[in-house]
Amino acid sequence: MLFWRKFEDKLAAVYIQQKVRGFLHLYNGQEAVLAGSLHAMDSEKDRMITAYRNHVQPIGMGVDPKRVMAELYGKGTGTSQGLGGSMHIFSKAHRFYGGHGIVGGQIPLGAGIAFADKYFNRDSVTLTFMGDGAVRQGSLHETLNLATLWQLPVVFIVENNGYAMGTSVVRTASHTDIYKLGLGYEMPCSQVEGMNPVDVAKGLEPAIDLARKGGGPSFIEIKTYRYRGHSMSDAQKYRTKKEVEEYRKIDPISQVLEIIKQKKYASEKQIKEIDERVAKRVRECEQYAEQSPFPEDNIMYDVVYQQKDYPFIPHKIQ
Amino acid sequence: MRTIQFREAIAEAMSEEMRRDSSVYLMGEEVAEYNGAYKASKGMLDEFGPKRVLDTPITELGFSGIGIGSAMNGNRPIIEFMTFNFSLVGIDQIINNAAKMRQMSGGQFNIPIVFRGPTASAGQLGATHSQAFESWYANCPGLKVIVPSNPYDAKGLLKSAIRDDDPIIFMESEQMYSDKAEVPEGEYLLPIGIAEIKREGNDVTVVSFGKIIKEAIKAADTLEKEGISCEIIDLRTIRPLDKDPIIKSVKKTNRLVILEEAWPFGNISTEIAYQLQSKAFDHLDAPIEKINTADTPAPYSPALLSEWLPREEDVIKSIKKVLYR
Repeated sequence: MLFWRKFEDKLAAVYIQQKVRGFLHLYNGQEAVLAGSLHAMDSEKDRMITAYRNHVQPIGMGVDPKRVMAELYGKGTGTSQGLGGSMHIFSKAHRFYGGHGIVGGQIPLGAGIAFADKYFNRDSVTLTFMGDGAVRQGSLHETLNLATLWQLPVVFIVENNGYAMGTSVVRTASHTDIYKLGLGYEMPCSQVEGMNPVDVAKGLEPAIDLARKGGGPSFIEIKTYRYRGHSMSDAQKYRTKKEVEEYRKIDPISQVLEIIKQKKYASEKQIKEIDERVAKRVRECEQYAEQSPFPEDNIMYDVVYQQKDYPFIPHKIQ
Repeated sequence: MRTIQFREAIAEAMSEEMRRDSSVYLMGEEVAEYNGAYKASKGMLDEFGPKRVLDTPITELGFSGIGIGSAMNGNRPIIEFMTFNFSLVGIDQIINNAAKMRQMSGGQFNIPIVFRGPTASAGQLGATHSQAFESWYANCPGLKVIVPSNPYDAKGLLKSAIRDDDPIIFMESEQMYSDKAEVPEGEYLLPIGIAEIKREGNDVTVVSFGKIIKEAIKAADTLEKEGISCEIIDLRTIRPLDKDPIIKSVKKTNRLVILEEAWPFGNISTEIAYQLQSKAFDHLDAPIEKINTADTPAPYSPALLSEWLPREEDVIKSIKKVLYR
């Protein structure tokens, strides 16, 4: 979690230096959701898909963070060879299915990935993440219906950070208990506190287990919070500084650090070493991204079709 | 040789490919127990069972997305739209996910999927059920768009589409499903992206595709009696567009008429006209003519619909215009 936090702090810094462009949606504050999920899932076979707040999930799934940083720099060594950018990180090898820019667009994909696992009799489970804004999209409701109808091995996870961009949950619906949306589809559903990874893991384990045993999907709302704005261009006039400070008091990294100290899992010296190691790894990522070359022009064509000789309409006067 | 209906050619193509490859499945509204809204999947539930022939609720966005997701994880889905008019409800999944996934992932995830169903008008169905979106889909890089005009092409092209590793839009017509033609018993494939010269001629080139090409063939028959010889090119695939046969033909005839059932602004005809003038400007003896629907939503009344649609008479008029007759 500490590495993810520092990795994204670095992204914010280089964004201000205009080395990373486009939109940049940061995960700071929500790390316990990912940490708990990774603990609950089977790291050998389970799958993950999410929306556009997606820099640290692939790292959690095993992707080299240098390549994620390089993708944000638009470099040829990036996870998508510089074609995806901040919102579109993918790793087939690490079963991370993106990285999706359209709110709610990834929800049926997650069910479809699970459909294939059921079709081929594999016992993998797909964790399909979305934000609280996405639950008002039709794609959620169409997918929940189909996922229960076909008993797909998928867990739908809403990361409720309180705001769909700048619009609070209370302003988007007549009730704010998002998990209850599962009731309409007779889907097991629950609400989980999301600032502590232990709570998250405990909340997800039964749902993942149910899906793996053929018991179908679940719908879990995880209450979390993001410290930074929706993206880097967000002035955050929709909330108070006091509110942000209240959540910082229950910061997932501080909570875990407290447990480590209390239970003496690590000495002060070891903790300091971890901090230094994290800082060094982040520097290495930055250096790798800085030094990597930009992609060649022809890659723009090579990645569109699987067909090798697709006859594109010529671009510009040759 | 035996003759079969267009709908039978579609069902044969899907069934043969499903026998060949166990990762292929068919999903859509009424495809299983009802045997297809237009009986294009007749008998398939009986042969392949409910795991591989799946009825869905009326939820185009949901099942399009599930199809694409499954294609990211080992399946080769065939998704049927009862008509492409309804594909608009799921178009976000087609444009933003199926067409872009390979590019956004830097080549990691290709999407081998076929979206198929009827396109364009089919009698007096009014404005929402009479639309041709070939040009919308063909505008989007990442997709391939196929529009066959007869049972033989439909079977050979659909089989190739199912085997193709890229996402394909495969457009049929309610008004073609009963058309009969000779189709061989044995297996054959037709290549995607290759047009066919349906009729050789010397005086004028007529380019068309899909159901409406029949109006061009009728016009050519009529004009033959007047001594006018028409060369007819069936595009068969819209994206990628096989422009070389058109250029070659116009270099011979020096005249081009394009017939397309679609709204006239920024459609396939417009693109062909641009390509042709840029490659064969000096070979044109007359301005290019295009014949499309009226620039309005499709009307219901039979009198108005007949006026709205391109007809044989319109093709004859355009051919005579480019021939200055």
